[in-house]
Amino acid sequence: MPQLDFGNPLLIAQIVWLLIIFGLLYYVMSTYALPRVESVLEERRARIAADLAAAQAAKAEADSAMAAHRDATAKARAEAQSSIASAMQQAQAEAAARGEELNKRLSRQIEEAEQRIGAARDAAMGALRQVSLETAESLVAKVAGGADRGRLEAAVDRALAARAG
Amino acid sequence: MAAEGKTIDALGQFELTPVLGKLGASVGFTQSTAHMLLAVGAITALVMWGMARRAVVPGRLQSVAEASYEFIQGLCLNQIGDEGKKFFPFVFSLFMFVLFGNLIGLLPFAFTFTSHIVVTFALATIVFLLVTIVALSIHGTKFFGYFFPEGAPKALAPLIIPIELISYLSRPVSLSVRLFANMVAGHVMLKVFATFVVLMGSAGVLGFLGASLPLALNVVLIGFELLVAFLQAYVFAILTCIYLHDAVHLH
Repeated sequence: MPQLDFGNPLLIAQIVWLLIIFGLLYYVMSTYALPRVESVLEERRARIAADLAAAQAAKAEADSAMAAHRDATAKARAEAQSSIASAMQQAQAEAAARGEELNKRLSRQIEEAEQRIGAARDAAMGALRQVSLETAESLVAKVAGGADRGRLEAAVDRALAARAG
Repeated sequence: MAAEGKTIDALGQFELTPVLGKLGASVGFTQSTAHMLLAVGAITALVMWGMARRAVVPGRLQSVAEASYEFIQGLCLNQIGDEGKKFFPFVFSLFMFVLFGNLIGLLPFAFTFTSHIVVTFALATIVFLLVTIVALSIHGTKFFGYFFPEGAPKALAPLIIPIELISYLSRPVSLSVRLFANMVAGHVMLKVFATFVVLMGSAGVLGFLGASLPLALNVVLIGFELLVAFLQAYVFAILTCIYLHDAVHLH
């Protein structure tokens, strides 16, 4: 086996060369090659992190915009509702006022009418007394010849009151 | 072992021959050394050239460079812990060196420097020395408590201490022999079956048919050897990490 032929000076030279060459590899790797890879990987990591952060920020912004939109919608709806309610209330109040006014006018007219009726009835009643009195006077005058005006009036009033009662 | 005529010479492939003429011979510059330089060049090219564009979305070469970086970094951090960062360049160099040595060795006409016990043993010795120095510099003399686990009965000390000591000292041996033996066995098998193909193929039509069997076997073996090449590099790296973990944390 040539590998175990330790008398061969080439074998020893191989060890020396190995140490030199491996040392060279280690030097190149640790000072130039690996830091280069590290920097590229680091750059990528930073880039990805930045992109993720940007995406997160964009999402947050979208979320807040959505929330604002929802708030605005809710506010608009509430405003609309309240304005509807107030309009309705106003309309109701107006209607109520108009109805009241109408009621008042109607009741006033009714009152007036009642007053007129009362006046007419009073007038009629007054006229009835006069007619009854005169009739009774003339009747009594014809039957008995002259009459006591005072007693006649009292009798007529009594008779009218009895009838009105 | 001599390759004379039609005999099976499975070990001649491990022979060291000086290259670069007289100058090469005078400094012991062999094809093994050349392949080490090739491996270092390939690793450096992969990382430096692969990362040259510094693309955020990596291309193929950059993906390979980044994947190997992250693979070894994960190995270091998982096995050693946060202190693994310090040892990462070393473990990375070690892993890539062994991996490229194994893989380049599978190419036709190439030489596998990891099939030389002196190379693997030298690498394992570097690991062993590093582990010991790290343990001593972190824990001082407390490091020697490593050889006698706390809570073990004192009466067993004469038994436990030698066992622990031997197991500690045998680390570089097992580390180096594992890699060396795997590489040698794989390459010997490939060579033997390849020789069968040549020997049978030269024996006429019948032999031509017979040669297809070892050829098919070699095709399968190459796939297997690719797996072994990666696996052995991985084992070398992960054992280094485990030893470093022991050195940093003492059990």
